[in-house]
Amino acid sequence: MIHDYIYPEFEVARDYDKCVVCRACERQCANEAHVYKEKYDKMTCINENCVNCHRCVTICPTHALKIVRSGDTYKRNANWQNWIINELVRQAGSGAALLSSMGTPEPYPVYWDKLLINASQVTNPSIDPLREPMEVRMRLGATPGTKPQRGADGRLKTQLPPSLNLSVPIMFSAMSYGSISYNAHSSLAQAAQQLGIYYNTGEGGLHRDFEQYGGNTIVQVASGRFGVHQGYLDMGAAIEIKMGQGAKPGIGGHLPGKKIVEDISRTRMIPEGTDAISPAPHHDIYSIEDLRQLVYSLKEATRYTKPVIVKIAAVHNIAAIASGIARSGADIIAIDGFRGGTGAAPTRIRNSVGIPIELALAAVDSRLREEGIRHRVGLVAGGSIRNSADVVKAIALGADAVYIATGALLALGCHLCRSCHSGKCNWGIATQRPDLVKRLNPEIGAQRLVNLVTAWEREIKEMMGGMGINAIEALRGNRAMLRGVGLNETELNILGVKHAGA
Amino acid sequence: MKRIYVREEWCIGCHLCEYYCAFANSGEDDMADALRGVKINPRIQVEDADGGVTYAVSCRHCEKPRCAEGCITGALTVIDGVIRLDEDKCVGCYTCIMLCPYGAITPSKGKPVQKCELCLSNGAPDATPSCAAHCPNRAIVFEEGASPCGL
Ligand code: SF4
Ligand code: SF4
Ligand code: SF4
Ligand code: SF4
Ligand code: SF4
Repeated sequence: MIHDYIYPEFEVARDYDKCVVCRACERQCANEAHVYKEKYDKMTCINENCVNCHRCVTICPTHALKIVRSGDTYKRNANWQNWIINELVRQAGSGAALLSSMGTPEPYPVYWDKLLINASQVTNPSIDPLREPMEVRMRLGATPGTKPQRGADGRLKTQLPPSLNLSVPIMFSAMSYGSISYNAHSSLAQAAQQLGIYYNTGEGGLHRDFEQYGGNTIVQVASGRFGVHQGYLDMGAAIEIKMGQGAKPGIGGHLPGKKIVEDISRTRMIPEGTDAISPAPHHDIYSIEDLRQLVYSLKEATRYTKPVIVKIAAVHNIAAIASGIARSGADIIAIDGFRGGTGAAPTRIRNSVGIPIELALAAVDSRLREEGIRHRVGLVAGGSIRNSADVVKAIALGADAVYIATGALLALGCHLCRSCHSGKCNWGIATQRPDLVKRLNPEIGAQRLVNLVTAWEREIKEMMGGMGINAIEALRGNRAMLRGVGLNETELNILGVKHAGA
Repeated sequence: MKRIYVREEWCIGCHLCEYYCAFANSGEDDMADALRGVKINPRIQVEDADGGVTYAVSCRHCEKPRCAEGCITGALTVIDGVIRLDEDKCVGCYTCIMLCPYGAITPSKGKPVQKCELCLSNGAPDATPSCAAHCPNRAIVFEEGASPCGL
């Protein structure tokens, strides 16, 4: 149907003066956008197939390739923008709901970029992190809320509830085996262990090979309950109940049967080839009281040795919801903002449901403080933490730690082409095709993740030093260290920060 | 000594090692200048086996090199564990080509035969052999160890 043709958004531009016709681009593009023309002994491209993953751009030995915006456009229209028309045309052709991957690309405000960090001048000295010790370790979990009691020997007598102990307040958030590859999981697990932090299994269970990293693993229990058994719960350092995901609040998940290959079927404990459907709600949770039952049955099952995390998507009334969760007995609340990533989500939901993590985090922290129950839970913020400054701002807004996932995938090679749902990730991340999975060598992957977190840790220490703070605990919820720029009264109130200059 | 090891489980079949080898042995300092319009004849070859398995094959620098044992002029010798070729002595009899169980010695344009000498004779700038330095997935590594050849 001629109606369905949409001119591609970008084109592959090849510098023929540089191309040596090695055909590496052709071999590496699972979307078959590069074609060798024997007749001319030349490479050509099928731009329609390109998803802009930059695999060919990075692998071309002579750097002969770049991807450019095609420039094709409809008549200028501020209301009916090109992409809105194209999505509509696609739906008119297919009759299907649109599917997308990764976090929303829409231009919603990024509050991190409207928050500025303080630094000491004259009256309070800054600290040089290269000369003086800087503490960035963080204990994540509930605290008793009473003054700690010490014995005659000076040792702590007060029994602390189980917690996660982070060498730096950054964790890799949930990505299931199935949505990402074996090698991606392997990279995350190894890096978490080397860094002294935690990665999260996501809802797909724990592959046998990764049981050895259990001490650095958060095992997730989601609505589908895939791969959940006593051994799984015992293996992890913490258990996370997934109530929601920032990219798709209010809906479940669906991993198509063709992705449930042997290994994944065993790990998820479902037959090969069956669709893995995660229902939208947990069918046993319709109230905070129900949630409390699950929290306590998981604690009971693990003899009260592990903290239980409840992960929720940032939505309206988040503060009240979090207050309920804090009272449910959960040790940690993880909040996932609406810019968080996903392997596949309905486009409309991803782009229009949920609220920004910055506002949700500030609202939750304020509410829990007002109610005098902030100490009962650790608070984790996720959903597009992009750099160490975002981490510092999140902690100053009240988080104990952050979750990163998209950032971690970028370190592994992802270029945010947002076509994970096609299952043909050229970087070996969001795919189960053996020839593609192989492209991610976990030796390299783990090293890059360790590099990333190490670099962020250095920068966090530098920013702390600048503020005259030598322990990250002193930064937590310290909103006086932040100022807003270009924010209105309501936004400043919710964030609990003053405007720059004030 | 440090040797080249190929790790088939990480080879993604991009064939870039072949191009970096051809470039390293071209004497040019720009790959496009060296290889544009050229049909390359590298000293390393990527085998595309059944079932999507690919791996690179180059000289293993065997402990008991059949090529050097069989060479009729003494053009192939072992120097510090590396099988080196003295082009001036080679008469192009191809005995070595027939003896190498890996097919690592091949006819060459301009000179009788060619083989991998771990980038020691070609003036390539990298401290690491070019193929190992540029393999995108660490499927070729240059490490201390014994000869990977069972011979
Ligand atoms: S990878 Fe680069 S040099 Fe090789 S064929 Fe493609 S464009 Fe040409
Ligand atoms: S899909 Fe990726 S590898 Fe293929 S042409 Fe586009 S950018 Fe290159
Ligand atoms: S994980 Fe792969 S498919 Fe998904 S956005 Fe990143 S590069 Fe694209
Ligand atoms: S460069 Fe590395 S991955 Fe590519 S074909 Fe050669 S050995 Fe395999
Ligand atoms: S070491 Fe140098 S000469 Fe030998 S195969 Fe590799 S690139 Fe070619």
